[in-house]
Amino acid sequence: MSNRVSKSTITRRTALKTLAGSTGAGLLLPGLAGGAFAQESGPIKLGFQVHRTGIGSAYGRWYERVATAAIARINDMGGINGRQVEMIAEDDGTDPRRGAEVVERFANLHNVDAVFGPLFSHVVIGAAPRAGELKMPYFVVSEGHHVASGALNRYTLQPGITDVKSQVISMAPYVAENVGKKVTMIFPDFAFGHDHRDFFTDAIAAQGGEVIQQIAVPPTETTFTRYFPSIPRETEVVYHVMVGPGVLTFVREMGEFFGGQGPALFGFIDSLEAVDIASPGLEFLEDSYFWEGMPRYAQPDQTPHEAAYRAAVGVDENGASIDDPRDVSTYAHMFGVWETLAVMKAGMEAAGYQGPDDRQSLIEAVEAMSDMPLSDDHPQGDKVFNGRTHQVFGKQSISRVQDGKLVRVHQTSIEDTLYEDEVDYTAQSF
Amino acid sequence: MDFGPHLLLATLEGAVTAAILALTAMGLSIVFGVMRVVNVAHGEFYMLGAVIAWFIATSLGAHPAIGFVAALLLAPLAVGAIAAVSDRLILSRIDYDPERTIVATIGLLYIIQQATLMTFGPDARPVEPPFNHRIALPWVEWGDGGLALYWPWGLSITSYKLFIIGAAAVVLTGIWLVMTRTRFGLIMRATQQDREMAMVFGVPVDRTFAYVFGLGAGLAAIGAVLVVPVQQAHYLMGHDPLLLSFIVVIIGGLGSLPGTVIAAILIGMTDGIISVFFSPTLAKIIATLAVAMVLVFRPQGLMGKASR
Repeated sequence: MSNRVSKSTITRRTALKTLAGSTGAGLLLPGLAGGAFAQESGPIKLGFQVHRTGIGSAYGRWYERVATAAIARINDMGGINGRQVEMIAEDDGTDPRRGAEVVERFANLHNVDAVFGPLFSHVVIGAAPRAGELKMPYFVVSEGHHVASGALNRYTLQPGITDVKSQVISMAPYVAENVGKKVTMIFPDFAFGHDHRDFFTDAIAAQGGEVIQQIAVPPTETTFTRYFPSIPRETEVVYHVMVGPGVLTFVREMGEFFGGQGPALFGFIDSLEAVDIASPGLEFLEDSYFWEGMPRYAQPDQTPHEAAYRAAVGVDENGASIDDPRDVSTYAHMFGVWETLAVMKAGMEAAGYQGPDDRQSLIEAVEAMSDMPLSDDHPQGDKVFNGRTHQVFGKQSISRVQDGKLVRVHQTSIEDTLYEDEVDYTAQSF
Repeated sequence: MDFGPHLLLATLEGAVTAAILALTAMGLSIVFGVMRVVNVAHGEFYMLGAVIAWFIATSLGAHPAIGFVAALLLAPLAVGAIAAVSDRLILSRIDYDPERTIVATIGLLYIIQQATLMTFGPDARPVEPPFNHRIALPWVEWGDGGLALYWPWGLSITSYKLFIIGAAAVVLTGIWLVMTRTRFGLIMRATQQDREMAMVFGVPVDRTFAYVFGLGAGLAAIGAVLVVPVQQAHYLMGHDPLLLSFIVVIIGGLGSLPGTVIAAILIGMTDGIISVFFSPTLAKIIATLAVAMVLVFRPQGLMGKASR
């Protein structure tokens, strides 16, 4: 008995010592690191906030490959303002709290020049306020409407990927005209899914259609059959958008539920990102429609800019890794990382960026941008950036599954995706 | 969907959940019953079963049925072996002290989870079912000519899901036979009733504990191998089964095998039915509330014996 007591005392004391030691080191380190590296020569350091683990990991893996390829390209072209670019990646676990911590680590420990890369909307919404407080330029690749809605701050920009609101308002006319008017929506139950729910419901109503049922599914869900009976019988179109590790199960169970009967399907490719359409059980998707930010399968009219991008990020004409055809990319979204880095480079060059003191000029330089024509920097296509709302706008694609491949059947114009400004970030102080 | 077909679908989904849950919770219950160890890492053994099943099925590369059968045989053995080794290396060294085993199994939980993350990676990966046919189910309605059969939209199950229910029943019967008809079962029951007396009578308690811990983990792994063609193998998939298994074991009565099966069916079915008619979150809320009520009004569980 006495033996046990003494044992535990030692353990407790050792534990306390270790704790005190590590806290001390933790307090000291950021200061030291900040001092040692705050020089305005050497490489430009960009912090890459990546979803390596958690529900966003499939996107994170590909975002990281694209970021690595894009930075290699920038360095091959001579870097930014004559300086090489160094990427420092930190995993945020697709978790809002850790996302904010990662932004802090970038600012205080790594002392980066700017941060880019987060995708999942709840992470962005959780971390962006911290970026604003730390006055850290925060380039998100998130699709959520939270940037353009005015919910975030002057330091948060989305110049590389379009937002959900502009995507769905440009989809609604096509859906109402070609697929059906009575729509049941299935979407993930967090900010990104709520953007879909709110904006598509309004957009389809404006086209004379109607959303007759909204089914919210937690993004961590692993089995979905239980949600499908809520789809009303009079449904003409099931509008589905799902994210998370269970997407393959989601589409497969949807196929098993309908068994070849049932309504037409219009999905956001998110439900199938990183999933091979040729997977067993997905045959029912033939003839169904998908929104794509950028077509996964190389289309006959693929531009040379896209071909160069595809090769640079290591993706074959079926949208899978060149090294492993079973490793399907998140092709419809990941171009956003490439284009974001191109915009950051252009912004730093326009601002004559030298170091962290020039962060405000970097923001102002990006806010001053507008037209971004199709090029190697913008392989997805022409874009228009709105400096007031910090949001970029571009063309959207609708593809149809034909012979097990996604074939583009419609492309919107940029005008189809525009809506009235809801905020003017340039009026906010730094 | 009409009420009748809707209820039938919910019941079928609930039966699949209950079947998997019964296997997983049975493992937890046996371990607690015999060893008095609260195994917090139980969900991770479940996850490990699914991940190893994926590994076996893909590395064989043969017909899905061969891969699946190999996984069903080998994955539980592998997981059981890992569990037995961790019992020898960790739990026996701390003398199965109740508080310390909880902390030790929490540690084991993180070690297994992070090791899987570092090797298997963060992605969800599918295993192909050995067979999978959609079976549309009919329903009756009053038509013009009296009672008529019709096939409502969405009312279906797959042959593989029926197989899960059958396989779980077979495994559970097997466990019951082992417990009641074999020498190993006798030893386990003797150890459960009175560890010291069993030791006096020459029962090798140490070795029994290692086997029992392996058996408990192996049962979780069987559940996972059965479920992985329906869901997918993922390094975080152990959370929900752990929570639900604890709920089942507490409601059924810690260490009571019939209680575990009854509670698994109860929780699985209510989970299925409430999730389909209302929401899966409400189903979890109700299950957790049921645990609280059982703990307040019948702390020994439905079938458990009051502690001596």
